[in-house]
Amino acid sequence: MKIDKTTIVLHIVAWFFAVVWILPFLGVFMAAIRPFSEILRGWWIVDPFDLRATFNPSINSFIEAWTDPVYPLSRGLLNSFIVTIPSTIIPLFVAALAGYGFARFSFRIKTYLFTTIVLMMALPQQSVVVPLFQIMVRFRLVDNYLSLVLVHSAWGLPWIILFMRNFFSTLPIEVEEAAKVDGASDFKIFYKIVLPMSLPALASVVVLQFMWVWNDFFLAKVFIYEESMLLATQRVEFVGRELFRVNWGVLSAASIIVMIVPIVIFVLLQKYYVRGMIGWTIKG
Amino acid sequence: MRKNVPLFFSPAIILVLLFVVYPILQTLYLSFLSSSGQFVGLNNYSEILSRKAILDLEGFPKGPPLGALIHNAIWILIHLPLSMFSGLALAIVLRDVKGSSIIKSIVFLGMVTPLIVGGIILQYTFTERFGIITAFFDILGVEELSTTWTARANTALFALIFGSVWLWTGFSMIIYSAGLATIPKEYYEAAKIDGTGPLKMFRRITFPLLRPLHIVVITMTILYDLKIFDIVFVATFGGPGNASKVLAFEMWLQAFRFLNFNGAAVIATLLTLLTLVVTIPMIKYTVSR
Repeated sequence: MKIDKTTIVLHIVAWFFAVVWILPFLGVFMAAIRPFSEILRGWWIVDPFDLRATFNPSINSFIEAWTDPVYPLSRGLLNSFIVTIPSTIIPLFVAALAGYGFARFSFRIKTYLFTTIVLMMALPQQSVVVPLFQIMVRFRLVDNYLSLVLVHSAWGLPWIILFMRNFFSTLPIEVEEAAKVDGASDFKIFYKIVLPMSLPALASVVVLQFMWVWNDFFLAKVFIYEESMLLATQRVEFVGRELFRVNWGVLSAASIIVMIVPIVIFVLLQKYYVRGMIGWTIKG
Repeated sequence: MRKNVPLFFSPAIILVLLFVVYPILQTLYLSFLSSSGQFVGLNNYSEILSRKAILDLEGFPKGPPLGALIHNAIWILIHLPLSMFSGLALAIVLRDVKGSSIIKSIVFLGMVTPLIVGGIILQYTFTERFGIITAFFDILGVEELSTTWTARANTALFALIFGSVWLWTGFSMIIYSAGLATIPKEYYEAAKIDGTGPLKMFRRITFPLLRPLHIVVITMTILYDLKIFDIVFVATFGGPGNASKVLAFEMWLQAFRFLNFNGAAVIATLLTLLTLVVTIPMIKYTVSR
């Protein structure tokens, strides 16, 4: 490659962005692995000759956050998995059915129905929580994960329906028509032929929906109050908060524990994540 | 109608009716009732809109607090151009940079981080002595910006807004990267033969051809700004005073702190209307293809 001035400038600009963007993450990471006394003047200061700024990394803060006496993160992660897994699988199948219907069937109100569904993607969850809270109180579902799973499932539907409908529309219809000639029902065609062909799209849905439910804080805050039931995202509100100061070490460790799950998924399944993000927003 | 149509649609329709459509209509209904259940017309609306936490025009020459409604507007005015153009700039620059996939992953990290954690990280970054931004301004000698941003009325909102740029830029970067890949190279080659400079190429080719993506990025970013909640909750709790309150946060506060369900319903309804207005251009585009 011929190195010219533009190339150098582009590289400097790009890596400058990268450094600026990673610094806050590096900050919490350093705060989490260094003793609190070392980060009092800034996590970036490392001076082997100054007792207040030597570099003694440890995992003590992680252990403290993981085993917090009131809000252990260990329990938070478990709770989050218990909520997130069904909240990912239920809308996946429900929305795949409907998405297939939109892609392949034609009926009178289809366009209206579809427009309504797409419009729902825009809605803020604030628009439903008061009545939903009142319903959940009436049915004794506050402090019960069923409330969260149901609401997350319903709110995942619009984008998954849109995404799956776009994907199904790209599948060759000939296979399905051949199966129909052989006498297979619509439903059988759907789960015997169409779903197996759709595994990459389903993987994208799983990755995105899992992350959104895992990262959710608002709905959990509305429906879950019992200390032992709080989800991972709810616990960072409490861990490391001492009476007169914030213990940034423990709070940072807790933050890292909560974000490590979506980050690992992103790193491992980046292809599906990006495809989902793009397929849902821009491409057919 | 084919007999199987209901089978494919009913589970989705039931869930959506129960947990989306019904509660939205109920919220609208609640917004017209008094706390004792009587119909009071638009009274709740005028009551909520006259609150300082929602609209505080006296603050105007000085800066925040200006009320949640104005804060959301300021959020959009700052966050939208910053994240949109840095995302676009990154997408363009990264086409010709070595290690671009690493840089993309770094910038995108903010998108996969739970917002509640993002809020904690930004609070840390803007905290006096602990954070790198306050330390940076300390070195520059700007005393006002070297103290904890989230604890001061005239900086809290801006700490949150800049934090949200950091968290959200990955979105526009990914969308624009995908869009740039679809522009045929021949366009640029032809332009080059005609002697077109890079800036003109951007204005005449790149920017206009990305038009559908601008719609997506603008819409999604405004929606994100209208719904912003987690980072406000954890980094400032709307404070100090009302200085960093936003609509979604004030709605939660009214409903679940003060148990003022009717007032909360008013804010929720306003928020819903705003999001619907913003979404119309994108709907036209999504449904029409």
